[in-house]
Amino acid sequence: MKHIKTLETRDLCKSAKNGGCGECQTSCQSACKTSCGVANQACENAKAK
Amino acid sequence: MIHRYKMGNLNIVLDIYSGSVHAVDEVAYEMIGMYETCEKHEIIDAMLGKFSGSEGVTREELTECYEQIGELKAAGKLFKEDSYKPLAGALKERSANVVKALCLHIAHTCNLNCSYCFASQGKYSGERGLMSFEVGKRALDFLVENSAGRRNLEVDFFGGEPLMNFDVVKQLVAYARSIEKDAGKNFRFTLTTNGVLIDDDVIDFANREMSNVVLSLDGRKEIHDRFRVDYAGNGSWERIVPKFQKLVEARGGKNYYMRGTFTHANPDFLKDIEKMLELGFKELSMEPVVCPPDDPSALTAEDLPVVMEQYEKLAELMLKKHREGDPFTFYHYMIDLTGGPCIYKRLSGCGSGTEYMAVTPWGDLYPCHQFVGDEKFRLGDIWTGVTNKEIQNEFASCNVYARSECDDCWAKLYCSGGCAANSYHATGSVKGIYSQGCELFRKRMECAVYLEVAKALGED
Repeated sequence: MKHIKTLETRDLCKSAKNGGCGECQTSCQSACKTSCGVANQACENAKAK
Repeated sequence: MIHRYKMGNLNIVLDIYSGSVHAVDEVAYEMIGMYETCEKHEIIDAMLGKFSGSEGVTREELTECYEQIGELKAAGKLFKEDSYKPLAGALKERSANVVKALCLHIAHTCNLNCSYCFASQGKYSGERGLMSFEVGKRALDFLVENSAGRRNLEVDFFGGEPLMNFDVVKQLVAYARSIEKDAGKNFRFTLTTNGVLIDDDVIDFANREMSNVVLSLDGRKEIHDRFRVDYAGNGSWERIVPKFQKLVEARGGKNYYMRGTFTHANPDFLKDIEKMLELGFKELSMEPVVCPPDDPSALTAEDLPVVMEQYEKLAELMLKKHREGDPFTFYHYMIDLTGGPCIYKRLSGCGSGTEYMAVTPWGDLYPCHQFVGDEKFRLGDIWTGVTNKEIQNEFASCNVYARSECDDCWAKLYCSGGCAANSYHATGSVKGIYSQGCELFRKRMECAVYLEVAKALGED
């Protein structure tokens, strides 16, 4: 019996090797302007994902 | 580090440093909770006791579950250690002095007089004023000159009410478009407006040039008109809603946000979300008010349980609408588990004072829009650049590891250290902790991930 279902997610360790291009949206430059995080920002680097 | 929680009928386990998300049954949920502190036989005995009489819970079955957990750990998807600390300042160091986003305070004045406005009715505790084309043009040149290799440059027309200086907005966009190709840049503009001055000209322009439009509406008429009044004290809801509807209808699928603020007057903000939906809006955002704790509109400790419940109910409503084929988005629940930000972004903080700055109508630079008007945070100006290096360095050193209180927080790689302005206003330090904001943020992340898990399981 399968007790755990693991969703497909971005591998954060791998992103340490190929991420960091800096092109993604600045987190507060959005709808929010008062209480942002980064979780809802999209990655702009198609090759790095 | 892991975070376990239950929502709806789901048990969810987040593995913080790998970014993994697991949907688990009751047995695995309990076992994972004990895995790092107890021996295998202790865990299995405890489970046999806890689930005695439950169908299918045998020693063999529990052993299999224990092994599944071990396999995930070996694969780096559970109990992964934090190995990112050396990377914390890497992105900022790599991009030192690069500016890629400006909040242009095109108008320090407003045609509404909302008492809860963090910008003190658009004046930011200073003089009223409009940005001239010359100042705006220099700000855009400053951005291009300081953006190094960045291609995407973000400019938000902000206020006060930016449409009170609409001609300059149009001139600045035309100027940016005239230089972007040769400069190898791509300007992305955003307009944040209260809607009062929207007309067909604004709609055509915004839908042609603005990547995103942020429209301020608090939801129910009585809630909106409680704060969002003109200088004669008249509510603005009746005037702006038809304009927003016309703009959104004409937008043809381009991004917009209907952005509301909830306060002590409406911690039951789901009713306001429902009103927005009833009015035909689908891209929504509701933000907790930002104001001093002694302000009558500030959220109180008694409001928090109500707000938490509203966030959960909102997630359930979104799931229901998603399943009915009539989905809507909520800004804080947008999370792309496969295509979200890389670890550098997650570690680096919001970028205020470094890659992101606010420009006043007179060309002064501040770390972000929320610091404008507080002279000690003035960084410099658009002609000479940043001269107050001490303040800039303070912002540059903000990251996930800058606050010891964040060390044990499971949400840190979703928030990246939070909002420096909120921290400052709550504690007097940009590296303080705005604990109420943290509580709300964690709840929103639980809801956001819950939605993704529920959708993923529903599609199996």
